[in-house]
Amino acid sequence: MRKAATDAIYELAKTDPRIVFVGSDLGAGTMDKFRKEMPERFFMEGVSEQNIIGMAAGLAMDGFIPYVNTIATFLTRRCYEQVAVDLCLHNLPVRLIATGGGVVYAPLGPTHLAIEDLAIMRALPNMTVTAPTDAPEARRLVMSTVDLPGPLYVRIAKGGDPVVSRDEDGFQVGKAILLRQPKDVLFVGIGVTVNRCLAAADQLAAQGIGAGVLNMHTLKPLDEAGLLSAAKGVRAIVTVEEHTLMGGLGSAVGDVLLRRLGRTAPDLITLGIPDVFPEKYGSQDALMKHFGLQPTQIAEAAVRVLSAPVGAAA
Amino acid sequence: MLATTDSVELARRIRVHVLRMTNRARASHVGTCLSAADILAVLYAKVLRVRADQPDWADRDRFVQSKGHGGAALYAVLAERGFFPRDWLGKYCEDNSPLAGHVSHRGVPGVEASTGSLGHGLSLACGMALGARSAGRGARAVALLSDGEMDEGSTWEAFLLAGHHRIENLFAVIDYNKIQSFGRTDDVLSLEPLAGKLSAFGWNVTEVNGHDHQALAGAFEPRNGRPTVVIAHTVKGKGVSFMEDRLEWHYKSPSADELERGLRELGEPL
Repeated sequence: MRKAATDAIYELAKTDPRIVFVGSDLGAGTMDKFRKEMPERFFMEGVSEQNIIGMAAGLAMDGFIPYVNTIATFLTRRCYEQVAVDLCLHNLPVRLIATGGGVVYAPLGPTHLAIEDLAIMRALPNMTVTAPTDAPEARRLVMSTVDLPGPLYVRIAKGGDPVVSRDEDGFQVGKAILLRQPKDVLFVGIGVTVNRCLAAADQLAAQGIGAGVLNMHTLKPLDEAGLLSAAKGVRAIVTVEEHTLMGGLGSAVGDVLLRRLGRTAPDLITLGIPDVFPEKYGSQDALMKHFGLQPTQIAEAAVRVLSAPVGAAA
Repeated sequence: MLATTDSVELARRIRVHVLRMTNRARASHVGTCLSAADILAVLYAKVLRVRADQPDWADRDRFVQSKGHGGAALYAVLAERGFFPRDWLGKYCEDNSPLAGHVSHRGVPGVEASTGSLGHGLSLACGMALGARSAGRGARAVALLSDGEMDEGSTWEAFLLAGHHRIENLFAVIDYNKIQSFGRTDDVLSLEPLAGKLSAFGWNVTEVNGHDHQALAGAFEPRNGRPTVVIAHTVKGKGVSFMEDRLEWHYKSPSADELERGLRELGEPL
C-alpha cells in the first residue's frame, strides 16, 4: 500500500511542480526514481520528525505541496505540536503519509504501534483524516489530494492487504462507499477492517443474516449523510477499527447517531482496541484476533446484538 | 507621526509602543521586547526586502519571529512600517483584536507565522529558505530566536539540517539577553560555548552587540555557501534603565508610574 501511495506521489510530482517529497530517514532506495528525476523536490532528512514537519510547513508557506512520509507513530505523536501549530493552525496543504498505522508493527512491540493516530489527528481543527482499505484505494486517494485544502493525514496499512475496493466506486475524500447493502445489520469499517467486515458479512449471509458494509475511509470529515442513509432500516450497526475505542471511528459514528437519531438510532456495537497499551506482540493478525477484530469475531458480535432485546446492546 | 526609515528612531518607537501596549494590556514580556527592539528595527529598516503595501509579494524575504512571546515588538515594527494602522496597537490583547499576546498571523498583514510555543520558527524558516532556493528565488529567510528557546531539541534539529544542506539564504538571529523565565541562562541551562557549537553545526557565526545598528545591518549577506547565525548579545529590558538586565521584567507589566518614567527615558512626550 505504501508503494501504491508513493508511486502516486511520484506521478503527481511529474506533472505538478508544486509537489515535493519529504521523508525521515526511510529505507534505502525509497523513491529512487523521484530522487533521481526531481532532486530539487526530494528531501530525505534525518530522524527529526519535529523539524521536518516545521520544514514542510515552511515549504507549504512558499507555495509547495509537501507529501511527508514516515512511520505512523512517529508522524503523529513525536511531532504532535508541530502538526497542530505549524500545519493545522496555519491550515497548510501538507500531506502526512503515515506508514504502518494500527498494529501493523506488532512484531516490533508497543513503541511502534499507532493505535490512537486517528483520534489525535481527528481532534485537530482543519485536519482531514483518512485510512484507505487497500493499495488501489490508497492510489485513488493520493491522486485526489493535490488541491485538497488544508492538512491531510493518510494512514497506510501493512501492504499486501486483500483488495476489496472497486474502481467503479470511484473515490472522494469525505464520501463513504457502501460496498454491500445492509438488511439486518450494518458494518462500518475503516482501513483494513473493511476487508474483515466483508468476510464477516459473508459468514452471516450463510446464516441468513443480511449484513451491509460501509467503507468509511475518511474519518474526518465524517460522511454523516452516507452513514445515515446506509443505516436506514437496520437493527444494529457494528463499527470495526484497528484503533483505540477512545475517539476513533466508533466514537465518531456514535456521536452522529446520538445527535441525529437520538432514541430512534439502531443499536451500536463498537469493536476496537480497549484503553490499554497492547501487551502482546507477534503478527498483526494475532493482535487483531486478540482484540476481537477478525471476521468470525466480528460476525459473532453481530449475532449477539441481533439476538439481544432491542436497546440492550453494548 | 510620519513613517521613518531611520533604524534608531524606529527602535525608539518600538520601545515606546511596547511600554504603552504592555501597560494598557497588563501584559508580560516587556523585557524580551525591549531586548529585541534594535534587531527588529534594523531588520525592517535596513535588511528585509518586504513590501508593506504588498505583504504577500512572492519574492519577499521571509521573517519568522520564533520567540513569539515578543509579539508586541513585532506588531510595533510592522505598524511603524505601514503594514497595518498604528491604532491597532492600542487594542493589543483586547477582546476581538487581531493582535494576540504571542505572535499571531491571522488577520495581521506582514506576520508570516504564528508562534509562541518555542522551537518552531527555525524549522519553518528552513522550509521557506529551501523553498526559495528550490524555486530559484533569491529570497532570504530570517528567524529570530530567544536564548531560552535554544533549550528546545527541535531548534537543534533545524540547526543540524540547515548546516547539512548548506542553506545559504537562511539566517538565524539569537536574541542573547542571557535571562530566561526562571533565571540566568547560565544557571538554568547553559548554552556555552554557543558560538563554537553553532560553528560545529556548519553555520557561519557572527557575534555582534545586538544594540549596534551598524553591526547588525552588515550581518545578513549570504556567504560561504552556509547558513548564518547572528548571536546578538543584548540586554533584557534595554532602553529603560530600571528594566535593564532584570529578571522580573520577563513577566512583570509596567504600572502607570513605570510607564511614565520609561517614556520619559525614551524621550517620548507624555
